[in-house]
Amino acid sequence: MGRDSLQRFDVLVIGAGPSGLAAAVRAAECGVRVGIVDDNASFGGQIWRGSAGEHSQDAARWGDRLRIADITKLFGMRIFHQPEPGLLLAEGIDGLCELRYTDLVVATGARERFLPFPGWTLPNVMGAGGLQAMVKSGLPIRGKRVVVAGTGPLLLAVAAYLRKQGADIPIISEQASWSSLAWFSVGLFSYAGKIAQGLQLKKQLAGIPFAANSWPLAAHGGQRLESVTISRSGKTEVVPCDYLACGFHLVPNTELQSLLGCTISGGYVGVDKFQQTSVRGIFCAGEPTGIGGVELALVEGQIAGLAAGGHAAEARRLFGERRKARRFARMLNRTFRLRPELKDLPSAETIVCRCEDVPYSRLQEHRSWRAAKLQTRCGMGPCQGRVCGPATQFLFQWNPDSVRPPVFPARVESLAKAVSG
Amino acid sequence: MPESTSGSVTLSVNGSPVKVLAGATVAVAVAMAGQACRTSVSGEPRGPLCGMGICFECRVSINGTPYCRSCQILCEPGMEVKTDG
Repeated sequence: MGRDSLQRFDVLVIGAGPSGLAAAVRAAECGVRVGIVDDNASFGGQIWRGSAGEHSQDAARWGDRLRIADITKLFGMRIFHQPEPGLLLAEGIDGLCELRYTDLVVATGARERFLPFPGWTLPNVMGAGGLQAMVKSGLPIRGKRVVVAGTGPLLLAVAAYLRKQGADIPIISEQASWSSLAWFSVGLFSYAGKIAQGLQLKKQLAGIPFAANSWPLAAHGGQRLESVTISRSGKTEVVPCDYLACGFHLVPNTELQSLLGCTISGGYVGVDKFQQTSVRGIFCAGEPTGIGGVELALVEGQIAGLAAGGHAAEARRLFGERRKARRFARMLNRTFRLRPELKDLPSAETIVCRCEDVPYSRLQEHRSWRAAKLQTRCGMGPCQGRVCGPATQFLFQWNPDSVRPPVFPARVESLAKAVSG
Repeated sequence: MPESTSGSVTLSVNGSPVKVLAGATVAVAVAMAGQACRTSVSGEPRGPLCGMGICFECRVSINGTPYCRSCQILCEPGMEVKTDG
């Protein structure tokens, strides 16, 4: 990718996880000019990160389809600004790129929800998906003790993966109750594919202690993590460990959609039956329209890609599949709803905003996200509230305010270029 | 495991050489060097949290460019990485 290049696409896809891949591949099959952008060095998103074959046949299949399709791949590039409708600016390590599009598919995926508790800022306390990503990126984990905690199906997948890589998992601590988990597994029976996945996972997890009604109370250590105090069915226990892999399910990445003017309600991007947002020609697929996992992301991505590529009739054929995947998504979100006890985890000194080191006690006195931002700088650091925003939404019921460019911190020369055109 | 594991890469973290498998990210090299990525505004050591370029906790300077998210950048031979960058 040369510096300051301009490229034009009929369909531009942002995000190369499952939904973005599916969108790009199906749009390319319509015979239009397609580009796909991702800020990571390779495709697959977080869930299919690393060698594709290891994850599932789906990952390998869509990866192959991407490779053979006529699609311009712009990896290691991050969108940070839209100077005018139909034009996006992306920044890579080598410079700036202008991307013109007729139709856009935004498939920005989700991130983990992090909740503050004493000690959560210690090095080696990471997201569950975060630690998995680090291990997939080459972090040696063999022989290390890893406590896996939080909520959501990701915990099981991460524990299975880490164990396969040689980690010792003393406990999986899941905040959901046994009763809600039981409903979840009963519900699985209506989804044949999920059951097979579940059984495979069960085998991989055999022998790892799993605790429901359980959550981390505090992480301890000096320069890095040494142990974790876990609440387990009302009792506490201290578990020595090298890493804590801790995430509380997922929150959608909707900052870019918000910048583009797409209507967002209840935290999710609103779409019509063809996955088109409130802005004509801008489609959205996958987790930003509702947390639902890979199957839903793939089918939504295909619908968006086909619709953007002009093959609406073909997109319609996938509506039934999407309906089924959405039912599963609803069940997922009910099961892993956060319990109110988690609101009491931070102590007065616990840092909530990690960028600006704003403690819980300084936030308590404020009534809104905006007031807290102005008075304490909470959410004003480089992550732009991506970590503390969802946390304060849970802790204080604060709602995020509008997004302003750049959606990600960009280099000064990129910003100068964005302003001068 | 990283996609390409053929061979290894040597780079420097705060002036000391670190050898990683080809395909490893800079965040991994920093961890293997036993370093925190940055010091927070109140003086705490910090390392990667999200592993996906969202949280900025893993930011370091690479070849003189500050604020690089080390979890998203692959190691290259001879790279000069500085923490607190």
